Amino acid sequence: MLDLIWLVIAVPLVSSGILLLAGRRANAWGHWLGVAASASTFVVGFGAFLQMLGMAGEERSHAVHLYSWIPGGDLQLDAGLLVDPLSLTFVLLVSFVGTLIHVYSVAYMEHDPNRRIFFSYLNLFVAAMLLLVLADSYLLLFVGWEGVGLASYLLIGFWNHKPAYATAAKKAFVVNRIGDIGLILAMGLMLASFGGVDFATVADGVSGASTATLTATGLALLLAACGKSAQFPLQSWLGDAMAGPTPVSALIHAATMVTAGVYLIVRSAPVFEGAPDAQLVVAAVGALTLIMGALIGMAKDDIKKALAASTMSQIGYMMLAAGLGPIGYAFAIFHLVTHGFFKAGMFLGAGSVMHGMNDQVDMRRFGALRAAMVTTWVTFGLGWLAILGVPPFSGFWSKDKIIEAAFVGEGVQPWILGGAALVGAGLTAFYMSRLFFMTFHGKARWTDDQHPHESPALMTVPMIILAVGSAFLGLFLAVGDRFAHWLEPVTGHAEHHDPVMPIWLIMTLTLALVALGVWEAWRRYGAADVPTEAPDVSLATVAARNDFFQDSVNRGVFERPGTHLTRTLVYADAAVIDRAVNGGAQGWPKTGEAVRRAQSGQVRSYAATMVVGLVIVVLIVVLGGL
Amino acid sequence: MTFTTPAIEWAPTAPFIVVLGAAALAILVEAIVRTPATRRLVQLILSLVALLAALGLVIVQWAMLKGAGTVVLEGMLTVDRQSLAWQAVLLVSGLLGTLLFAARTRAGEEAFASLGAASPGSTEETLARRKGLQVTEVFPLALFAVGGMMLFTSVTDLIFLFVALEVFSLPLYILVALARRRRLLSHEGALKYFLLGAFSSAVFLFGAALLYGATGTTAFAGVGTGIVGASGLDPIILTGAVFVVVGLLFKLGAVPFHSWTPDAYQGAPTPVTAFMGAATKAAAAAALIRVLYVALHPLAWELSWLIWVTAIASMLLGTVVALVQTEIKRMLAYSSIAHAGFILVALAGLPDQAVWALPFYLFVYGLATLGAFAVITQVRERGEDGTVLGEATRLGQWAGLGRRSPWLAGAMALFLLSFAGIPLTAGFVGKFVAFGAAISEGGWPLVLIAVIASAAAAFFYVRLVVLMFLTDVPEDQEDAIAIDYSPLARVVVIVTAVAIVLLGVVPGPVLAAFENAGVLLIGAAG
Repeated sequence: MLDLIWLVIAVPLVSSGILLLAGRRANAWGHWLGVAASASTFVVGFGAFLQMLGMAGEERSHAVHLYSWIPGGDLQLDAGLLVDPLSLTFVLLVSFVGTLIHVYSVAYMEHDPNRRIFFSYLNLFVAAMLLLVLADSYLLLFVGWEGVGLASYLLIGFWNHKPAYATAAKKAFVVNRIGDIGLILAMGLMLASFGGVDFATVADGVSGASTATLTATGLALLLAACGKSAQFPLQSWLGDAMAGPTPVSALIHAATMVTAGVYLIVRSAPVFEGAPDAQLVVAAVGALTLIMGALIGMAKDDIKKALAASTMSQIGYMMLAAGLGPIGYAFAIFHLVTHGFFKAGMFLGAGSVMHGMNDQVDMRRFGALRAAMVTTWVTFGLGWLAILGVPPFSGFWSKDKIIEAAFVGEGVQPWILGGAALVGAGLTAFYMSRLFFMTFHGKARWTDDQHPHESPALMTVPMIILAVGSAFLGLFLAVGDRFAHWLEPVTGHAEHHDPVMPIWLIMTLTLALVALGVWEAWRRYGAADVPTEAPDVSLATVAARNDFFQDSVNRGVFERPGTHLTRTLVYADAAVIDRAVNGGAQGWPKTGEAVRRAQSGQVRSYAATMVVGLVIVVLIVVLGGL
Repeated sequence: MTFTTPAIEWAPTAPFIVVLGAAALAILVEAIVRTPATRRLVQLILSLVALLAALGLVIVQWAMLKGAGTVVLEGMLTVDRQSLAWQAVLLVSGLLGTLLFAARTRAGEEAFASLGAASPGSTEETLARRKGLQVTEVFPLALFAVGGMMLFTSVTDLIFLFVALEVFSLPLYILVALARRRRLLSHEGALKYFLLGAFSSAVFLFGAALLYGATGTTAFAGVGTGIVGASGLDPIILTGAVFVVVGLLFKLGAVPFHSWTPDAYQGAPTPVTAFMGAATKAAAAAALIRVLYVALHPLAWELSWLIWVTAIASMLLGTVVALVQTEIKRMLAYSSIAHAGFILVALAGLPDQAVWALPFYLFVYGLATLGAFAVITQVRERGEDGTVLGEATRLGQWAGLGRRSPWLAGAMALFLLSFAGIPLTAGFVGKFVAFGAAISEGGWPLVLIAVIASAAAAFFYVRLVVLMFLTDVPEDQEDAIAIDYSPLARVVVIVTAVAIVLLGVVPGPVLAAFENAGVLLIGAAG
């Protein structure tokens, strides 16, 4: 099975192509082909997993050479796949959760005329995501990276007949391109200093490279990770990305694609090991984003945007863990897996709620849905308990480990990072409980035309399976440190370090803060009446509602200067060069005389530009040379 | 005074002779064959046969070539693997370009004016159109241009370089002026191109004269040794070198010598734009390489300023100004200016790798250019009465093309993504090897700017993709656009699209072949 792993990329890719090209005649069965393609990736992935379980720890890294992509003297590049515990973990997560979401989408998108296209894009996403995690070089990873970006872009804008949604897609594209520059720069640095961009060459070359190079490479990788994983300062696109259909939010913008940044950091462990400064920046970005996301989550009334903020915050936890070095890598991935389950489950739950409420997303218009949608309530509840970190649910096993790990270290660092993680846990408890209570408890605040009802089995079954995962997966993987041992060949063995506070104290504090958060949320949103209009409140809430004015900052820092640069250059080009041409083009039906007159004047100025350019160039070269 | 007949080596010069000879023959065809329809067919066949034969000769020579290459015509011309690679690139562009030249709309309309000399809007023009006259001279003109460009890539003498420059430039000036529709715009573009071209030729010639004055020779290798032998840095040598390089930068379309590009691209008949965009840049890059690496190599450090400044200016201006274009041909013109910048990036510090990376880069760039303009020729406006009119070149008119014609729009998207350098397209591999060349000589900051410029450039390429696939056509515009499938243009689109994908996914074999072209034969100092 290990050598057949390329099938998990090829099958959904081919299926995607078939769905796209088959045309309307495939409308009847197209979605089932999509589901089958996705399911087959899980079968192959699981087979590979079983085979790898039978191997000894040090053998658990299997390279599959595909072909020589860019052969050349100094710049040899092979297209190859790397199957190891880390990539297999992702393969299993992506294919399992992906398949469930495919099934869910069959029902969710039932009335959409373009359902076949939707499944084509979903398959494309699965193929690209699996390529991303299986690639054995940064370059091939980059191909998958662009591929998931493309799929994400297409799916966010899937309902592009609404202009706001098309804008959201564009925003995601722009921000992701900024992240991509980081990855390209990192590759350039690797080529220049290690002579290659495959993981093995980079790992070998690290020992001979200077700390400055490694730090620069690490920061460039972090920029890439921030773009893809919606971390500060590139987080602004994720909330808008919720414009896509809900299954997309669950799969791409919660469980898988947005965690690619964490994967990138963990995969680049050798680089970061040599660059402690870059590592610290990773942890700091994670800590900042986890608090920021939680604060935004507290203020949002749109159920999907609140969940998006929560995703941002949870990925902040993963980033924080990834920035802690070997003691954190395994927990980062562990939390990534459990989060994949409970967050996808909650998104599907939110989709189910919207399905029953005429696509309403304003939580102030929900309330008391518990009775109407029992399955959704129970499955969502399990996800809620998991994200809160209540023992024995999944989140407890992964998140508490991150909080403990954040408290390891010397000086003020553990107090700041650990403190942020700890406070974040309390905030998480508050905003998730707020969301949960506002939706399922309290009084009904529905509009007149809403008649909530439970969703069909095709939607609830995936939710139930994910809820089971949210409940027990963490415990199952945590017993005897199973998951950490499984990842050990990749992340290395972490020495045990004692946190600056006793573990029992950290755990007690965490649980106390969680309890406080839940109690406060119940007091405000469960027991008390929730107004259907957002009340005017403090400046802090307004700031959080507006994503801390990130859009305005972007506009001021990037957009305005960019616009001015464009205007200046266009003006410079137009003033000297273009005016007559444009005039000529627009006025071309007019008499030739006017055009000809404009023309003769302009050629002179064209030539003048060239002469001036020539003189400047000669002066530079001659004076520079003397 | 005695005159010695130069020894002519027939084998290495055969491709040039075939192409230019066919061009001369084609002029006779113009005089002999009277019926326009027959004449057009004869010309088309003659052109295709000549170009294919030349390509075949080039391939045979490539296979048989032993050692670095041969110096022919007393050192005027060098046929080495570098030269053969460029010749092949140009011949492929010429072949695809010729197919586009011959493409017609379903109504049988050509891209060229029916009578080039008739003034726009005159009775003469109407009469010529009604009689079905055709300017079949475009075929010999294109052959002359291809032949001149092939020479341009291989000559190793400043005077001969100038001759080759004029041989390929003059036909292009005429071709640009021959558009069937919007003839004033076409004339305007051609006149500007001609005047500025003449101006840059003068600059080039002046530079050549200065170099001759300082070194006493016009042979590249001789100029190189002359520069080394000169005491200190002679301002005359430096000025001469800069003037020669600027003359070539004009053909490349680099800022600040780019002003002709948008007008010529927009005004020219689209098949000419396609051919010119693909081939002129390749020829200019080839000559630039030979001049910089052979003749001016001792001045590498001094000239690096020139390359850095023009590269940065080209990338910046090309990218930023392309962002705000609303006319598709002008947008691609500015994109070509940005690409001139990328080409110069590869030359920063004169790395060895650039010598084979650039032929590959220009090859894939040329394919994408030909493909993109071939698509443009097929997207037409439709008049009130349903007749198919000229090309729809306003960006807004492309909205919803993906719904109407998914294959055509898909191909266009592919070409645009290749321009943008997205992985799995040939453009990515091209950028990868070209920027890799710059990195190997420490051209770091330049590559950084290039990467950022490429990322920014992706916006305007993707904007068109979004427009085609994700934007709905306004109700009243539904019938305003017609897709006019012309079989020949379709062949060009298919061939280039397949090549772009193949070269993006499995570039290996082709890249390996180009790598062999990375050796320049430095002729004997004359």
